[in-house]
Amino acid sequence: MTADSARPAINRLFRFQWEPAQQAHVLLYPEGMVKLNQSAGEILKRCDGARTVPQIVADLEAAFNASGLAAEVEAFLEMADAQNWITWNTD
Amino acid sequence: MDTLLVPPAALQRRPGPLWLLAEVTYRCPLHCAFCYNPVDFAQAGPELSTDDWLKVIREARALGAAQFGISGGEPLVRDDIEILVREARQLGFYTNLITSGVGLTEARLAALKDAGLDHIQLSFQDATREANDLITNTRTFDLKRKVAAMTKAAGYPTVINCVLHRTNIDHLDRIIEMAVEIGAEYLELANTQYHGWAFLNREALMPTAAQLAEAEAVTERWKARLGKKMRILFVTPDYQTKKPKKCMNGWGEVFLSVTPDGLALPCHTARMLPGLTFPNVRDHGIDWIWHDSPLFNRFRGTAWLPEPCQSCEDKDKDHGGCRCQAFMLTGQADATDPVCPKSPNHRLIETALADAEKPGTVRPLVFRDPKNSARLARPF
Repeated sequence: MTADSARPAINRLFRFQWEPAQQAHVLLYPEGMVKLNQSAGEILKRCDGARTVPQIVADLEAAFNASGLAAEVEAFLEMADAQNWITWNTD
Repeated sequence: MDTLLVPPAALQRRPGPLWLLAEVTYRCPLHCAFCYNPVDFAQAGPELSTDDWLKVIREARALGAAQFGISGGEPLVRDDIEILVREARQLGFYTNLITSGVGLTEARLAALKDAGLDHIQLSFQDATREANDLITNTRTFDLKRKVAAMTKAAGYPTVINCVLHRTNIDHLDRIIEMAVEIGAEYLELANTQYHGWAFLNREALMPTAAQLAEAEAVTERWKARLGKKMRILFVTPDYQTKKPKKCMNGWGEVFLSVTPDGLALPCHTARMLPGLTFPNVRDHGIDWIWHDSPLFNRFRGTAWLPEPCQSCEDKDKDHGGCRCQAFMLTGQADATDPVCPKSPNHRLIETALADAEKPGTVRPLVFRDPKNSARLARPF
C-alpha cells in the first residue's frame, strides 16, 4: 500500500498522450502502445508527480460530478504500478 | 430521407499503420554477417532526400502511425537524423533510434535529445572484444561501452539488443553480465532470423540444440536473479521451436517499412519477393500505399492462404508464417512457412538443424560489405 502523501507520476519509460486516430489516451513505449479507456486516461492525466492520490480522487469527483471514486482509482493505480506505467514521488 | 450514419463494418476503412520504420540508409560502418539487409544492397537506388522522408513521416502520422523507428544500415551516417526526429516528435510520434552506436558523439547525442528523441536501442554483438570485432569485422567494442555510458548519462534508459548465433551464444552469461554492468534496463536477446546476409551465412550461424538449451538455461538463471531490475527478452528461433511467426503481426496490419531508396514494404525484408511491384514513396502517397496498393493487399488477412494453412486451426494466429522465409526456402512466396511441421517442405528445416549438429562442416562467414554485395549480386 502506498502512503497518502505519495504522488504518482508517469514512468519515464512511457509517454502518455492523446491519440486522435485512436480517439483515446495512450501510453507509448518502444515499439508498442497501450490504448487506455476513458477512466484510465482521466486518472493517468492527473498523475503528474505533484498530486497525491486523495487529491487525484477529489479532482476526478469534481470534474465528473461524482463521488466514491477512491476505490476505483486506487485499484487502477495498483494495476498501473504492477505494469510499471507509474512511479511514486515521495520526497 | 434515410442517412446511413455508421457505415457497415465491411465499408469502414481498415486502421492505418501504427508503426513506421525508416531504414534511412544501407551504409554501415559494421559488416555483421547476421544482418537481415538484402545481400544485394549495393544495387539499391539513390537514398531518399530529407524532404522525401519528411513527407513520409507526415503522411504516416496523418494515418495514425504512432511509432517512428529509425534504422538502416547505420542511420547515424546520415546527417539529417536530427531533422527527421524533430519533425516526427513534434507530430506526436514516439521516436526510437536503432543504432550500433558508431557515430554517436556527445554533440550528436545532445542534438538528438534537443530534437526530442524518445529512445535509443543500442545493438551489441558480443561480450568480448575479440568476438565482437570478429562478427562485425571491425574494431568497435570499446566504443559501444562508451556509447552506452553516454546515453545513460543523457537520461535515456539503456536498452540493448544482441543477436545470438553459433559463435556468440556460448558467451551469453558474460553478455548478460556486461549488460548488468553498464546498467541496462532492458536486454533483448534475439536469436538470428535467417534473412539476407544471415541466410547466406546460415550454416555458420546456426547454433546446435545443446547450445540453444544452455542459452535458455543461462537466461532463466539471470531472470530469476535480476527480477524487475533488468528485464530480459529471449526471442526464440523459429527453426528450433517449429512455430511459424505471424510476421510483423500480419502483412499490412500494423507495420510499414520504407527502404533507403524509397520502397514501401509490409516487412523488413519483403523486397526480395518475386513478382511483386513495390510502390516507391517518391511516386505514391502513404495512404494509397497502405490501403490500396496491390503489394500491401497481396498477403493481407488469411483468404489467400494455401493448404494446409487454410483449414488449420492456427491460421489466425500465424497467417502461415513468414513470406520471405517461405520464398527463400521453397521458391514460393505463398507457400506455408517450412518451419511449421505441417508444411510439406518441413524437411528443409530438419536438414538445416541436423547439419548444425555435424562437427567440422562450418563454412567461413561472409561479411556484409559493399564489395561482397556487388560481387554476390543476389537478394539473399
